[in-house]
Amino acid sequence: MTPEPATARRASGDGDTVQADASVLLELYRRMATIRRAEERLSQLFADGAVPGFLHLSIGQEAVPVGVCAALEPADTVASTHRGHGHALAKGMALEGFFAEIMGRASGVCAGRGGSIHVADMSIGMLGANGIVGGGLPLAAGSALAHQVKGRPNVAVAFFGDGAMAEGALHECLNLARLWKLPLVFVCENNGWGEFSPLERQFAAKLAALGAAFAIPYEEVDGIDVEAVAAAAQRRIEPARRGEGPQILECFTQRWRGHYEGDPQKYRDPSNLDAARGQDALAVAAGRLAAQGIGAAQLARLERSIAEHIETAVTAARAAAEPDFETALAGVYAGGRAHG
Amino acid sequence: MIRQTMQEAIVAGIAEEMRRDADVFIMGLDIGRFGGPLNSCKGLWEEFGATGRVIDTPISEGAIVGAGVGAALAGKRPIVDIMFLEYLPLVIQQLGCDGGAMHYYSAGKARVPLVVRAKYGVGPYHGHPYDFHAWLMQTPGVKIAVPATARDAKGLMKAAIRDDSPVLFMEHMALYHGLRDAIPEEDYVVPLGVAEVKRAGRDVTVIASAAMVRRALAAAQALAKEGIEIEVVDLRSIVPLDEATILDSVRKTGRALVVQETVCFGGSTAEVAALIAERSFRDLKAPVRRLGTAYVPVPFARSLEKAAVPDDAAIVAAARDLVSQ
Repeated sequence: MTPEPATARRASGDGDTVQADASVLLELYRRMATIRRAEERLSQLFADGAVPGFLHLSIGQEAVPVGVCAALEPADTVASTHRGHGHALAKGMALEGFFAEIMGRASGVCAGRGGSIHVADMSIGMLGANGIVGGGLPLAAGSALAHQVKGRPNVAVAFFGDGAMAEGALHECLNLARLWKLPLVFVCENNGWGEFSPLERQFAAKLAALGAAFAIPYEEVDGIDVEAVAAAAQRRIEPARRGEGPQILECFTQRWRGHYEGDPQKYRDPSNLDAARGQDALAVAAGRLAAQGIGAAQLARLERSIAEHIETAVTAARAAAEPDFETALAGVYAGGRAHG
Repeated sequence: MIRQTMQEAIVAGIAEEMRRDADVFIMGLDIGRFGGPLNSCKGLWEEFGATGRVIDTPISEGAIVGAGVGAALAGKRPIVDIMFLEYLPLVIQQLGCDGGAMHYYSAGKARVPLVVRAKYGVGPYHGHPYDFHAWLMQTPGVKIAVPATARDAKGLMKAAIRDDSPVLFMEHMALYHGLRDAIPEEDYVVPLGVAEVKRAGRDVTVIASAAMVRRALAAAQALAKEGIEIEVVDLRSIVPLDEATILDSVRKTGRALVVQETVCFGGSTAEVAALIAERSFRDLKAPVRRLGTAYVPVPFARSLEKAAVPDDAAIVAAARDLVSQ
C-alpha cells in the first residue's frame, strides 16, 4: 500500500480530535479496504493451495492498524504479531512484495523466506510479524530505546493482542518502558479471543489497571471506528514523541475469522460470531462518507481499483519464480555462512 | 604487552569498542553502579555512565535481550549482560528465535549486531555453573564465542561487538580472575570461527574449549613425560565451527579426543565427533573419544561436583588409552 503519511493527522483547532474531512476518511477507507480485500484474496489463495503455510487473518480488525499507522511518521517503527498483514500494509508495504512474500516467491519483500509469520521490512519501519504471542513487545521496546538514545523524534509501536496480556513479556516491557520513559506506544488489539479461548478465561485483570499500576497513561477506543482510532492514536503517540514516556491504547475490535485460516471455530457460539461480523469498520466508514457526499458509486470505483491492484500483485506473484534453495542457504549470518 | 586477567581483558575490550564506536552500549542487571557480578563491567560506569551508555536494567532477561534485538535492528550495537548462562533458557526466544532469524527472514535487510554476555562454569564460585550453549547450536543465526585465555577473550569480544550477527559470549568463571595473560597493547581482534592449536603434538588431537583447554594443556605436560605428545585445539568459537583446523589436526594425529564441560549427549562434543567421523573416518587409528560432564544436573556437594566434570587425570587416561589402540 502506498502510504500517504500525515493525511489523517490534521488535527482540529483544539488538538483533541481529528476532524477528518471526507478526503482523509476516504484515504483511511482505502487503506482498510486494501487490507480487507488483500486478506480475502489470501483466504481464496490459501484454499486453492497457493499459500504454502498457515495464515492468521485480521479481517474485522482493519481500523486498528490503519488508524494507528495514519498517526505515525515513516521513520517510526512497529513490531507486529502473528496476525500482522494489516500492520505491514498499513505501515506502507507494497502489495506486490507483500503477496509475493506470503505466496513464498523470490520476489517477496523477504525473498520468500519469512512468509506470513515473519514478514518484515526495515525500510518502512516494520520490524516483523512474530510467531510467538507477545514476541514483538521487547523488540519494540528496544527500537524505542534506540530512538531515545539516538535523540530521534520517533516512536515505536508494539501491536499485541489480548492473548499477550498473560505473557510475561508485556509485564516486563511495561515496567522497562516506564522506568526508562521510552517513546513506546503499547497498542492492544483486543478482539476478545486468545487463539481458541475467550479473554475472560485467560486474563484475570484489566489492561487499564495494569497500566495504572505502572503509571502509564491509558486510553481505550472503539476499534471499529477508524477515525476514533486515528484520533486516539495521535493522542497517545504525540506525548510519547515529546518524551513523556510510554502510552497504552486499547482498541476493542472483532475477529471475524478463526485463529488460523481453516479454523472451523467450533469453540465459538454462532451468536458471538454474528455479533462480531455485525461490527464492520468499512461499513461504519462508508456510512460517514455517504453523509459527506461520497456515495456508493464512488466507493465501488475505489473498490474496483483496489481489486485490480490486488489482482496485478497476485498475477505477478504467481508468475514469479520460487526461491532457489541453493541461494536460500545463504544469509543466515551477516557476511557469510557459519560452517558446513 | 600488558598482563591482564580475563575479566580485565574483556572489560578493556568493551571499553575500547565503546570509545571507537558511539553506537556501542551495554545494559544488564547490576552492571552499572554495582559494576557487575565478579566485576564483569568494572570501570565502565565510571567512564561511560554519564553518557547513558551503561544501563542498569531490571531483572527481566527476556525483555532486555529482546530490547537488545530491537535496538540492534535500529542501528545500535548493544551488549546485553544477562549475568549467567544459567539464564539462557529465559532468552532463547529473543536471542535465538528472533535475533538469530531476522537477517535470514528479511533476506539480509535486517542486521542484529548484538552481543549477549554470560558467565558460567564449574569453578571457584560454586554457583550458576550451567553451560547451556548447546541450546543455541540449534538456532541458526547466532554465533557462540568461548574464550580460554584473556588474550583471546579480548580479541573475541572485540570481534563479537563488530559482528553484524548476534553473538553469545561465554565467560568461564574459573578463568576469570586466575592467570594473567600477555595482552597486546595495540588494537587486535580474534576472528570468530578460527580455532587455534594451543600446543602441537603428533599422537592425539584434543579438541576443547574454555577451562578444558587449560586442563588439556596440563594433561599434555603430564603425557609428554611418557613420550605421548598431544595436540590441543582450542575451538574459541563453537559457531562458526572451524572444521578445517579440527580435521587438519586429526589427519595428522589419527586420534581424536573431544572434551567439553557440558553433557556429551546432544552437545558440541557430539557435533565435533560427528564431523570427524563423517569427514575423516579413514584417517582414524582409533574411534573418536568424548569426555564431558556426567549426564546429571550439576550436583551441589563439592565431591560430587568435582566427580561430574572431566579433570586432567581423565584427559590423561583417555589420551593414553587412545594411543594404546
